[in-house]
Amino acid sequence: MTDSTDFRSETFGSFAAKAFANRSFLAGFVITVLIAAMALLSFLWTPYDVTRLIVADRMQAPSAVHLFGTDHFGRDVLSMIMVGARNSIAVALVAVGIGMGIGVPLGCWAAARGGLADEILMRFNDLVFAFPALLSAIMITAIFGPGAVNAIIAIGIFNIPVFARVARAGALSLWPREFILAARAAGKGKALITIEHILPNIANLLLVQGTIQFALGILAEAGLSYLGLGAQPPMPSWGRMLFDAQTRMIVAPYLAIFPGFAIVFTVLGLNLLGDGLSDVLDPKLRRQR
Amino acid sequence: MTAYLLKRLLIGLATLVVASLVVFGVLEILPGDPARLMLGFEATEDAIQALRVEMGLDQPLLWRYLDWVGGLLTLDFGRSYTYSVPVIDLVSERVVVSLPLALIALTLSTAIAIPVGVFSASRRGRPADTISMGAAQVGVAVPNFWFALLLIYVFAVWLRLVPAGGFPGWSAGAWPALKALMLPAVALALPQAAILARVTRSALLEVLGEDYIRTARAKGMPRRTVLWRHALRNAMIPVLTILGLQFAFLLAGTIIIENVFYLPGLGRLVFQAITQRDLIVVESVVMLLVASVIVVNLLVDLSYALVDPRLRVNR
Repeated sequence: MTDSTDFRSETFGSFAAKAFANRSFLAGFVITVLIAAMALLSFLWTPYDVTRLIVADRMQAPSAVHLFGTDHFGRDVLSMIMVGARNSIAVALVAVGIGMGIGVPLGCWAAARGGLADEILMRFNDLVFAFPALLSAIMITAIFGPGAVNAIIAIGIFNIPVFARVARAGALSLWPREFILAARAAGKGKALITIEHILPNIANLLLVQGTIQFALGILAEAGLSYLGLGAQPPMPSWGRMLFDAQTRMIVAPYLAIFPGFAIVFTVLGLNLLGDGLSDVLDPKLRRQR
Repeated sequence: MTAYLLKRLLIGLATLVVASLVVFGVLEILPGDPARLMLGFEATEDAIQALRVEMGLDQPLLWRYLDWVGGLLTLDFGRSYTYSVPVIDLVSERVVVSLPLALIALTLSTAIAIPVGVFSASRRGRPADTISMGAAQVGVAVPNFWFALLLIYVFAVWLRLVPAGGFPGWSAGAWPALKALMLPAVALALPQAAILARVTRSALLEVLGEDYIRTARAKGMPRRTVLWRHALRNAMIPVLTILGLQFAFLLAGTIIIENVFYLPGLGRLVFQAITQRDLIVVESVVMLLVASVIVVNLLVDLSYALVDPRLRVNR
């Protein structure tokens, strides 16, 4: 068995070559880049203005003029999906940032200290896991009011124990290793060792978990905005588009098709990326697949 | 083993107590006076005060907390602000929708996922494996409420086999009621089944590399027996862990799915109660859901010992 990959031991070029040889990574990478590009493009250009309501053009089936059709306000569905991607990505990305930013230091701290600190962290994890995440997200957004920012906070809170757990498990397996012992013998403190040796070596685990939580965040945001608790109109969001589509499904099924595909495509891309990354970064896992 | 279970039991209880503090505390900071909300804007100040006293809102915080917990333990959940009926009546009337829904979904997802996982693992790397795991990969990415919309379109709007939503009640007979729960259960089960199939497959693949599997095969035991009897049983622990975790997802899923299908279940009740600021209903139902998650995970811990006799002596 090889040791876990140390990021610093290989050049970025050789890592990239290995990664792109992995089919799962390649597919995930292409999809993710496409979605991200679409979201970025929406800042500069969309086929139509999503804030302008043209009632005369409402509920048009997909055509050359409106590729994905128009909604009940005459807004172009393709443009709305492009702008909605922005919202989905921003919410999920910041939520992952919150989870990592708070969870990783907590997990590393618990692993370094052990004993009571560790026990308290694990019990805190038990507590958060006992609350069905969506239920609590609904409570949080209902208390502080619906909106993208509160959706971020609600989803972010549930990322904290996930990252704390991953960081803790990774760090715990490293502490007894020789190179850490050597660093301790050299007189380095626990905090310094964590920053210099533990973090670079658990970065791969965190990266993989990050893509998974990113994907889950997209799904959670869609769920919240479907319930009307995410981004508020006129800001388009994929979940909200599906909610609006539901009552009009008999006349305009395409309204429910395209936003759904956008969600599936994005989540699928991120999951493939995560799978590919864990294959490339952890040779031990690859043998099991 | 006993010590281990005792420890889990204590942790479960402690989690429950802290959870109750969190739920109570969070709802305490919610803006708005429940008495004022109940009586509406035209109510006089005296009437509001009288109601506050009647509902015990004038009591000290700690006293109200203890009163609430005592009520939960004796199944006296108080009265709903908006419905003006005992919360226990609301809950018992809705649980008969949500519980069967969750159970059907759980059964369905297990019944799909385990055979697919086993099948995939046994044909590792072959087209059948690639196809089923590709399907699972897509299944994980599908939001359950969108899948629900597609199901409604195909089976309710287009084929007209089942109703698009609503619930006739069990008094209308078992068949119409089950028919109304069918699409929601499938919508809930699919993403869960996709995750479970992936976990089953990878747990099995890990076990299939073990020496005792080779021994069993070497002594001439049929492939199928080795797979289902020896390998699957040893791969059950990660599968059970995920099943336990999925229960919480399933409960959360019912909130969305019950909204999609207009089912009068616990999920819809709690969602409506939150938006209507019906705190007493929110508190009780959330605690009920959290308690059931904790209990299910305790049961999962217990079931490890049933599946793996080694754990009965060690730990």
